[in-house]
Amino acid sequence: MAQDLVKSFGSFQAVKGVTFTVNEGEVFGLIGPNGAGKTTTMRMLSTLLQVTSGSATIFGKDLITETDEVRKIISYLPEEAGAYKNLTGRKYLEFIARFFCQGEEVYDMVDHGISLSNLSDRIDDKVDTYSKGMTRRLLVSRALMFKPRLAILDELTSGLDVISAQHVRKTVRDTAANDTTIIVSSHNMLEVELICDRLALIADGRIIELGTPSDLKEKFDAANIEEVFVRAVSA
Amino acid sequence: MRSLSNILGKEIRELLTPATVLPIIILAILFGSMGGIIGDVEGEASKPPIIGIVQYDDGVLASKFSDTLKENDAIGNPRSEVVYAGNNIEEGLQKVSEAGGVALLVIPEEFGSQILSNSQGIIEVHWIMQGTGVLDTISSTSLDFLISGANYELSKYILENDGDVDVELALNPTVKVDTTTFKGKEMEGISPSAISATLSSQNMLVPIIVLMVIIMAGSSIIASMGLEKENKTLETLLTMPVKRSYIVLGKLGGAAVVGLLMAVIYMLGLGTYMGSLQGSTGLDLANFGIKLETIDLLLVGISLFLSLLSGLGLCLVIGVFARDFKSAQSLTMPITFLAMIPMFVLMMKDFATLPTAVQTGLFAIPFTHPMMAINNLMFGDYTLVLAGIAYEAVFAAAMMGAAVILFKKDILVTGRRKREKKKDSRAWSLARPRR
Repeated sequence: MAQDLVKSFGSFQAVKGVTFTVNEGEVFGLIGPNGAGKTTTMRMLSTLLQVTSGSATIFGKDLITETDEVRKIISYLPEEAGAYKNLTGRKYLEFIARFFCQGEEVYDMVDHGISLSNLSDRIDDKVDTYSKGMTRRLLVSRALMFKPRLAILDELTSGLDVISAQHVRKTVRDTAANDTTIIVSSHNMLEVELICDRLALIADGRIIELGTPSDLKEKFDAANIEEVFVRAVSA
Repeated sequence: MRSLSNILGKEIRELLTPATVLPIIILAILFGSMGGIIGDVEGEASKPPIIGIVQYDDGVLASKFSDTLKENDAIGNPRSEVVYAGNNIEEGLQKVSEAGGVALLVIPEEFGSQILSNSQGIIEVHWIMQGTGVLDTISSTSLDFLISGANYELSKYILENDGDVDVELALNPTVKVDTTTFKGKEMEGISPSAISATLSSQNMLVPIIVLMVIIMAGSSIIASMGLEKENKTLETLLTMPVKRSYIVLGKLGGAAVVGLLMAVIYMLGLGTYMGSLQGSTGLDLANFGIKLETIDLLLVGISLFLSLLSGLGLCLVIGVFARDFKSAQSLTMPITFLAMIPMFVLMMKDFATLPTAVQTGLFAIPFTHPMMAINNLMFGDYTLVLAGIAYEAVFAAAMMGAAVILFKKDILVTGRRKREKKKDSRAWSLARPRR
């Protein structure tokens, strides 16, 4: 899917030729230290940043030449995303839903989004009154409610408490089971081990390891992915 | 003390940014140029008016009057600069016009006999109006003073030498009959000062509306960009299946609707206020053929709308560089000044009487055109208005095009994070154990 992707900012190369393929319906994890190039890779795949060189196709659509088509089938959740504070949670979901459908379908999609968010009565309160965790749940539901073919989720459970994080992880797994392919990044190694079918370890703008969690643990003779991460990066 | 200096340094660095300093510099330049304009007013006021005199009456009273106009004053300064003295009105008007003069004074054949038969002597003043700005009408005000002075001298002469003349008439021996020519239009019974005074109250309306709408709608669109970045909603919006041009048009359209709504509210309020001012002057310029037709109002509306669109386009381009709501607010200052410059300059001088360099500068500011549209249309000068509309359309299209291009660029998302990424990378490479 991604072939030798490079992203440069002036003379600084943030991503130095990333190549990987994500299988349909799997949860694919991108893990790496700060500044390794995870977010930049995700931003390129979500059409936010222009690709310096290399190529990528998402369900047969070329990322560079068919940008508008790619946007119809993907969903991107940035790490520090926010919602419009003057809207209620429901109105925010309606605003987003209208980019993908119209008429009664909007309300069906919003109802699905509300059930994903688990915000119950608070969905009719203004976003301004939400806690960080509630906002993140609203945004996760926003990203998944229209059943994108590919969801790119940066730091999935950032800022969530344990209960909320568990709910979000379950939502992501359920969504993947319903034909949505997911690329997720996280600093939480337990989380990636729990939800990802395959992982790519990215460091200094390059993918240094790629495989299933069990394969990687075996390869590095590690008890968990955190150990895999430390050993792979140290090597 | 060290802690205090630490905090002090941090605060100064935070507050002293180009975005905060630049507007102050522009403001200083603006005030400086306004000081220059006030200096010009003083200089203009001290200059003797350039006039022509056509004298059909060779009598002593007419000669006394015309001599006073030509003579030096008590301290030896010339009262006027007479560029024509003869018997041909057409020729006189041409000479005065060529010299950039203010008026041709015609003393009719029966001037003296009228006064001696206890009627006011008529002075025909053929004004050549250059513009409607404050500076443009200074010379006509100077000539009004000069005529008053000549009247005073004539009164003295009559009281000393012609005992048969009624005292009241002797104190006011002449009456002025004004004919003003401006932009090829001849208006009888009105002086440039009266036209300028009436127009200035009417013409203040559009510049104030333009200024207020640009400030409010412009700042709202820049703030909207700042808020999108501060609230981290922009990245989500940019990944929606919507063309970037639609995002730009949506933002512009929203701000334009709000801006026009504000314009209507301002227009209603200020229109009533200005109407009361016009009522107090008691002068209706429509009686002199100076009025706006329906097509003129339409052109003013188009010019106003395009100027709003240009301003909003410019604001959106500037808004791309806003880091957050705070920085967005400071970015509105240059737009405010850009709208203030034509307002103040046109208040002082008519566009037509400005030096070419200033004209070019003003023409390049899209907000100038609706500000001077009413004035030009009232006197049938469509060329400048239509050229202005064409320029505004091109400017607005260019700004929207630039905004769409910028919305497709990384800068909208990355802003100044390029350097941060470098730092992150360096931090990471330092953190890695050495092999």
